[in-house]
Formats: sequence, C-alpha cells, structure tokens
Amino acid sequence: MRDRTTDLAIETSGLVKIFGKHRAVDGLDLTVPAGTVYGVLGPNGAGKTTAVKMLATLLRPDGGEARVFGHDVLREPDAVRSRVSLTGQYASVDDEMTGVENLVLLGRLLGHKKPAAKDRAMALLEAFGLTEAGGRQVKTYSGGMRRRLDIAASILNTPDLLFLDEPTTGLDPRSRNQVWDIVRIVVAHGTTVLLTTQYLEEADRLAERIAVIDHGKVIAEGTPGELKSSVGSGTVHVRLRDAAQRPEAERVLARELNTRVHLEADPVALTARVSGEDTDAGAERAARALAALAASGIVVDDFSLGQPSLDEAFLALTGAPPGERDRTPTDTPATGQNAQEEAA
Amino acid sequence: MSATTTENGTTFVPTAETLGAVLAPGVRPPRPSALSASLTFGWRAMLKIKHVPEQLFDVTAFPIMMTLMFTYLFGGALAGSPTEYLQFLLPGIMVTSVVMITMYTGVEVNKDIEKGVFDRFRTLPIWRPSTMVGYLLGDALRYTMASTVILVVGLVLGFRPQGGVSGVVLAIALLVAFSFAFSWIWTMFGLMLRSEKSVMGVSMLVLFPLTFLSNVYVDPRTMPGWLQAFVDVNPITHLVSATRSLMAGSPDAGEITWVVACGAVSIVVFGALTMRLYNRK
Ligand SMILES: Nc1ncnc2c1ncn2[C@@H]1O[C@H](COP(=O)(O)OP(=O)(O)OP(=O)(O)O)[C@@H](O)[C@H]1O
Ligand SMILES: [Mg+2]
Repeated sequence: MRDRTTDLAIETSGLVKIFGKHRAVDGLDLTVPAGTVYGVLGPNGAGKTTAVKMLATLLRPDGGEARVFGHDVLREPDAVRSRVSLTGQYASVDDEMTGVENLVLLGRLLGHKKPAAKDRAMALLEAFGLTEAGGRQVKTYSGGMRRRLDIAASILNTPDLLFLDEPTTGLDPRSRNQVWDIVRIVVAHGTTVLLTTQYLEEADRLAERIAVIDHGKVIAEGTPGELKSSVGSGTVHVRLRDAAQRPEAERVLARELNTRVHLEADPVALTARVSGEDTDAGAERAARALAALAASGIVVDDFSLGQPSLDEAFLALTGAPPGERDRTPTDTPATGQNAQEEAA
Repeated sequence: MSATTTENGTTFVPTAETLGAVLAPGVRPPRPSALSASLTFGWRAMLKIKHVPEQLFDVTAFPIMMTLMFTYLFGGALAGSPTEYLQFLLPGIMVTSVVMITMYTGVEVNKDIEKGVFDRFRTLPIWRPSTMVGYLLGDALRYTMASTVILVVGLVLGFRPQGGVSGVVLAIALLVAFSFAFSWIWTMFGLMLRSEKSVMGVSMLVLFPLTFLSNVYVDPRTMPGWLQAFVDVNPITHLVSATRSLMAGSPDAGEITWVVACGAVSIVVFGALTMRLYNRK
C-alpha cells in the first residue's frame, strides 16, 4: 500500500469552529483524494467558507484535526501555505491596483525577481484573456474578469491544492462556463481543487466526489452518481392537451420511469422524479417516456426535464429543506432554538 | 464599461493550450527574504499613493496650515515676533504634524484588513510581519514628504536653522524613524478595533495629549508642577528637544538616545501585539 499521506490532499476529522455560541463548523470529516475536483455543496451559512479558511490556515480550528498533504494546519502552517492557494468567496485581488500590479505584487511575494514576476504576470493575463484590461484598475472589471484575475493570481505558482470558494456565484452563464473550463484544465495539470458551491449542477459537472454539508456537518458524501441516484437526476414536467388522458399518461409515466407520478392541481399537468446514475441516463429515460406517451396516443403540449435543485437534493437527502433539519423531534431543544433564531 | 465587458468577458474561451502553457509547473523560486517581502509591500503602499493621490492631502495641506496658523497666532504674543517664534516653533510643528498623521496608518490597516486580498496575503509563506512593515515603509515616505513641506514653508517664512543641511537632514531622519516605530501602536489599534471611526477616536485620544502636553508650543517652565511632570516623561517632548538640538547644530546626545530607546521599545511591544492580533484575525 502506498503512503496514505501523499494520496490525500485533505483529511479532516471532527473539525470544529465556534463563533461565540454558534457552531459554524461542527465536527466536519472530509477526505479529499489528490488530483481530483472535490465539491463541497451547501446552502448559505452551511460553514463552507469557514471550513475552507481553516484548511487554508486563515482561521484556527477550535477542535478536531485537519491535514493538508499530511501537514497539520496548526502545527505546520508554512508547509501548508507553500502548497495551497485560495480564491476567496469575495475577490482576493486589490481593487485599487491594476491587473498587472496585482499579479506582479504576488509574483514578488512568491519569490520571483522583478523581471520574472513581470513576465509571469503578462503570460497569465494573456492566458486568461485579460491582456487589454491589464493596465486598468481592478475596480473597473466586470465580475467575470475579476474572477479570472483572481484565479490567475491563485495559480501564479501552480499550487498542489487550489481552494475555490463559490467561484461562480454571481456570474452570468457565459462567465460561469469559462470558470468551469478553467477548473477542468487546472485539474488536468495535476492540481487538486476543492470547490465550494451552492449549485448541485456545478458540483455535478465538475466534481469527482461531493460532500453535502449543512450546519457545519457532512450530511451526505459520494460521487455525483451516488448522490444523484439518491436524489433523482431531475424532474419531468408534462402538460397534456386533454385532461381526460391524464390517468392513462400517469400509468405510462409510472411504468417507463419506474417511479411515483405526482398529479398537479392543474388538471392537465403531471410531474415525476427521474432516477438515474447521471444526467444523461435521466435524459434518456425521460426521452423514452415521451416516446411511450406518443405511442399510446397521448397528446403532449409541453414536456421538460429539470435538474433537481439544491432544495430538492436536500429534501431527498435529509427529508427536510435546508436549515429545517434541526427542528426534527430527535434533536435537542437547544439546537432547535438556535435554528429558529437564525431563521428570525 | 459595458462595452469592455462584452469585449473581454464574452470573447474569451479558455483553451488547454493557452492555459496549459502557464500551468506548466516550473521551478518554484525560493521564498523571498523578510526584507524583500517587506519592500514589496512597501511598493504596494506606493502604488496606492499613485492611484489615490488625494490621500497626500493630509501630508501637505494639513502641515502647511499648522505652520501658518501657529506662527502667526502665537508668534507675536509669545516671542515678540513671528520670525523669532518660528526658530523655536518649527521643529515642534514638524514633530506634531508628522506624529499626527501617523494615525492614518491605523485607519488604512483597519480599512484594508476586511478586504479579501488580505486573506491571500495571509496564505502566502512569507515573513508574517512584512505586510505591516510594508504599510509603515509607505508611511515613512509620507512622513518624509510632510517634513519636507513644513521645512520649505518654514524657510519661506524665515526659519534659519543653525545646524545647516546635515543638521536638518539628521533631524528629519530621526523624526521619520521614530514615527515608523511609533506607528506600530496604530497597526495594533487598526487590527484591534472594529471600525475606522473607533480607530480615529482612539487616535485622537492618544495624540492630542501627547502633542499638546509637550514642549512644542511653550517652555514647560511656565506650567504648573504636575503638568511639568507629565511633559517631562512624554516621549514627544524628548523627540522635540532632540529635533531642535539637531536643527540648531548642537545635538543633544541624551535626548537622541532617549528617542531611539523609546522607538525600540515601541517596536518591540506594539510590534509583538500587532503580530499577535494579525495571526489571530
Ligand atoms: N467571523 C465570524 N463571526 C461570527 N460568525 C461567523 C463568522 N464567520 C461566519 N460566521 C457564521 O458562521 C456560519 C457559517 O458561515 P460560512 O461563511 O462558513 O457559511 P458559507 O457556507 O460559506 O455560506 P455562504 O454560502 O453564504 O458563503 C454562518 O452562520 C455565519 O453567520
Ligand atoms: Mg461562504
């Protein structure tokens, strides 16, 4: 067997961070294999940023252990720092400086001599499509450009582990796709990426494994396929021309999708969860279901397959929408109260 | 702005070739020395001045105003004539103005620390105090500018230092060095306090007594005994005496030693407290 410490980029056990009385991270266990994209999926306030900051040596854990490439974050922070870099949730570039200045500054701080830092800055701007904007102050950049500069800064010295904290929140679909492409290329070059996100779709597309976290704890972990099969890969929405055909449509859908079909209040509408290991399998099943409806002579006005939302995923994984879990009767009254205070 | 967004935001397609070229894991340079990292952060402070030149207002207009105001307000009453008073006052005004503007260090740190870019600095494997040293290097430049402005105004108004060029240069060097050391108290407050406003408030509370209850404006022998006692231990008094002695061409070794010792203590105590707070943040 190979040395475990070199195979794992991150290993945490029982990691805890408490702000006042609030347990922002509450016994987090993560195991991130090196060389992959690992997704940390969770709603607002789940503790994603707090966890990332502890792993990047920015916050001191209040309990538990965390190792990055085998180095303890508390005892060997410099060893950790020399191997990771962080693109924070809120831009980690300086607004008042230009793109070039930001990169040269960082290059110098990483030990490059001035000419080398300058060359590196220019090469990075070129690679990230920012050459023209390089001489402008970052505060004039669009959200997508700022994100790209931020990521460029993070790979100035290609790190072994890159933290991307919600890299696409607030970006338009095009910029989001650019970031996704960048992540894929970075990983293909051997960097491990820990990506936090609120979007199931993003984690699904990029990550090899996903940890779903809520209230500072991992509530589900696995490959996207494993999570999908417990969540369902989406929901089919069907609208019929004729309400009278609905019972027949319900039978066909139930047979083809092998699931319970939900009859909507609207007399011509039905919905059904689609199961499948991944999005493609789900789409295939949905397509077969549509064909079967047509073959049975049912007239369909509208047919669509929606990705499961993070809410649906939570519902499926926990039996409650995000944030509601604490109110289940099995919990202690104290935590139940906490959750209510938070909601207020 | 929307035009540039379209230009740069939508036509860009990341490709494996272009990105791969910058990802090729080259040899990593060794981490920079403490000095080099500090100078780099000092360069950052200069860039900030370049991009926001308005911030130099407080190192130019404020000192000019102070010099003019005090020379003509008190000059006639206290020393017979403004020109005579100026010979006594100018070194003190220079000290007061520079020590006063040290408080902007705290405000800057406090404003900056909340920005995401600090998170990046703190994940770098560099000598940790270099971030703070960088601020203070930038500030040392501001202090030098303020001193120069006051000197020029003074010369125009009739200030004639007996110490000549070397005396004046040494005096300013001592003042800037002391202010650099003293500023660690502000980096500490900048990190400790929650808002810019509270940093300002605390700065005023510290600076007004320090600068006014000193020998800047009048001879302490005219003051009541209890006040003289405070004035005598006030480091600003010693700084003013040392600066005056250098400018007058008769350096007072005792006072200069006092100032240097005071600065060293300030760096050790407040520097340590600053770094403690910085690492905790
Ligand atoms: N410095 C702090 N002081 C006090 N409470 C904090 C602090 N930082 C975070 N918290 C609290 O800890 C909890 C987790 O916050 P965190 O920022 O880690 O969540 P997140 O998963 O990153 O959320 P988001 O998706 O909104 O970024 C939140 O309830 C937040 O209010
Ligand atoms: Mg966050």
